[in-house]
Amino acid sequence: MSTLYALLYYFATLVLVAGLALKIRQYAKTPAPLKIPTTPAPTTGGGVFWRMLRELVFFESLFKSNKWIWLFGYLFHVGLLIVLLRHLRYFTQPVWFWVEWIQPFGVYASFAMVIGLAGLWARRFLVERIRYISSPSDHLMLALLLGIAISGMMMKFVDGTDIVAVKVFFLGLMRFQINELPTQTPLLVHLGLVALLMIIFPISKLLHAPGVFFSPTRNQVDNPREKRHLAAWAAELER
Amino acid sequence: MAPLDDDSKKNDVRGPEGHPLEIPRLACGAMADLKSYPAHPAHQEALGFPGELIDNWKEVAIAKIGDLASKNRAFQVYLDACVKCGACTDKCHYFLGTGDPKNMPVARQDLLRSVYRRYYTFAGKNFPWLVGARDLTREVLDEWYNYYHQCSQCRRCSVFCPYGIDTAEISMAAREILDTVGVGQKYCNEIIAKVKDIGNNLGLNPKALRATLEDLEEDLEDETGISVRLPLDEKGADILLITPSADFFAEPHIDGLLGYAKVFHAAGVSWTLSSYASEAANFGMFIGSYENMREIALRIRKAAIELGVKRIVFGECGHAWRVAYSFLNTLAGPFDFLDQNYPIPQHILEFTYNEIQKGTLKFDKSRNDEFRMTYHDSCNVARGSRMGDMPGGQFEIPRAVLRAVCNNYFDMDRDTIMESTVCCGGGGGLLTDELMDLRTKGASPRMKALQQVTKDHGVTHMAAICAICKTQFSKVMPKFGYEMDSILSVHQLVSNAIILDGQESNPDGQASIKDQQEADDNSATAAEE
Repeated sequence: MSTLYALLYYFATLVLVAGLALKIRQYAKTPAPLKIPTTPAPTTGGGVFWRMLRELVFFESLFKSNKWIWLFGYLFHVGLLIVLLRHLRYFTQPVWFWVEWIQPFGVYASFAMVIGLAGLWARRFLVERIRYISSPSDHLMLALLLGIAISGMMMKFVDGTDIVAVKVFFLGLMRFQINELPTQTPLLVHLGLVALLMIIFPISKLLHAPGVFFSPTRNQVDNPREKRHLAAWAAELER
Repeated sequence: MAPLDDDSKKNDVRGPEGHPLEIPRLACGAMADLKSYPAHPAHQEALGFPGELIDNWKEVAIAKIGDLASKNRAFQVYLDACVKCGACTDKCHYFLGTGDPKNMPVARQDLLRSVYRRYYTFAGKNFPWLVGARDLTREVLDEWYNYYHQCSQCRRCSVFCPYGIDTAEISMAAREILDTVGVGQKYCNEIIAKVKDIGNNLGLNPKALRATLEDLEEDLEDETGISVRLPLDEKGADILLITPSADFFAEPHIDGLLGYAKVFHAAGVSWTLSSYASEAANFGMFIGSYENMREIALRIRKAAIELGVKRIVFGECGHAWRVAYSFLNTLAGPFDFLDQNYPIPQHILEFTYNEIQKGTLKFDKSRNDEFRMTYHDSCNVARGSRMGDMPGGQFEIPRAVLRAVCNNYFDMDRDTIMESTVCCGGGGGLLTDELMDLRTKGASPRMKALQQVTKDHGVTHMAAICAICKTQFSKVMPKFGYEMDSILSVHQLVSNAIILDGQESNPDGQASIKDQQEADDNSATAAEE
């Protein structure tokens, strides 16, 4: 079992890192032929930095759009961030002081995650418009994330897991050693689903995470009159 | 905050006409059969596209998706990034007006995204049912044609998307793909062919244009008692005015043109129109064709060089201003031969606003007292361009000019103006008679917002700075209880109020400066009351 999970995690990490790297390279290399920021837009690079920061930190556009989606989406994402940071303790020795400091918050954050996910999923059934646009994969993605959250919480609240052994397993993986992994069901489910999430990340709608950084309507500076913008393939037309 | 399922908004009816952004129940397939006329083979070919549907259309269309995704970052990222959160689902005026779910932005994107997934993604190639991927069939192609010609590319959805996904980019790409396999739209492609052939959307030749302008000069002299010129092809003029050709013949556009002429006259600048580049509109944008858009834009560069002007100013036209402000430098620049002390290009409202700031224009605001005004932000100006130095100048400058020339001005519901403005319903290449049902339904959010200010503030007229908006509103306003001339050009109001040096009479007869002061006093009193 330990070997199987070790191989699974090496594979998942490879797919996640290589897949994302390829996608990011594709986005970065694809030219934007025209200036299309959604205006009013910042007129300087610094202004664009703040606009992007507000999108990333506050989900500004979503807030303007729909308060319920914003609330559930925000609960989920912030919860996920804190929970992920909390998990750094499994990969660092000694544990960084601030990771230690946020440990208790990570527990609350897991509830925020579950509430957010449940709310988003409920909307996929309750709101006619969102029901219409939902594919099986949209439901399954929420099921997957909920499964990860709930199996993780079960280890904390229901079936205590030998987390020291888990840490030894992952620190071992980072040094290319395979140590013994505990075999409680919630742990194996949790780790299996996380690996699955890592594998589908670069081939699914989770690409919104890198995508948001490359969205021309958000990241372009509104200065077309002052500075000529020209894509390489468009410059060829001028030859 | 609205309840979880948003259903209560359906009952939130303010007044008999309802809230402008009231969400309808889904009416599946309601607009599925609405199809605008396909382009004539001759027009297709004039634009460099096949005359009719080619035999290997499927392979070509699929390849074109990949080609566009490799040339346009927005298209590639927006095909990948959507999470189907639903934030955009109630943002399109065509959805609000028709209830057809395929007019929801995300669903409109998915018409193409589903095919992209089938041929370009791992999940779509192997598990199409899982991710909503589908084969490209003739039915899908027809669906693209119908629904991508039910999008006015107004970008309202892009304001509200957490990733800034812009349906206009998808819809432009879809039209480019359709053109590439030979099924373009008549309205857009016929007009582009005409611009390439004659120089403007109307097909107005230089002789007819000159005659029209001379007639208008006579009208101006009759009205003002002084000579106000509308110069054409005058070499050595300082300013080249590029304006939509609708300004030469349509109402209320033409009154706006007279307004520009009066402002230029009062400012004491020399200016000219060009018979070669007698069109501000650039429908190349609507069909997503960089090459066609560039070819049309280059006419302006050529005219500016040949006439030896120092500045380029654009008249009132929404998408033209997006192409001018955002794209002209890219498509037809660099404009190093023009005077760098002025914005290149400049909007006529920036020009007028600057003159007002300098104090060179004199107004009698009372001449517009018969109008109680509101202002419709045109989508392409609001969300695809700017005026002045500050972000949001495209909202402030037109309103500042309106307030300088009118006593009675009121804004509509904040959720329907500025960056959230709802489209007129006729933009993006949809201003054609066979789409009148869609145009009327798409205009309903704007019309309901107008009805609100009519009820609350007695608003009688709406001003706009877009040739398409003006034509569209003059057609659809009668369906909502307004006269067809309830839509005005901003420069028409400028024209009404402006007092030119040496002007002896005015449209109302004898209003003197003294009368104007009295009128100002009266309106001030009225405002206090």
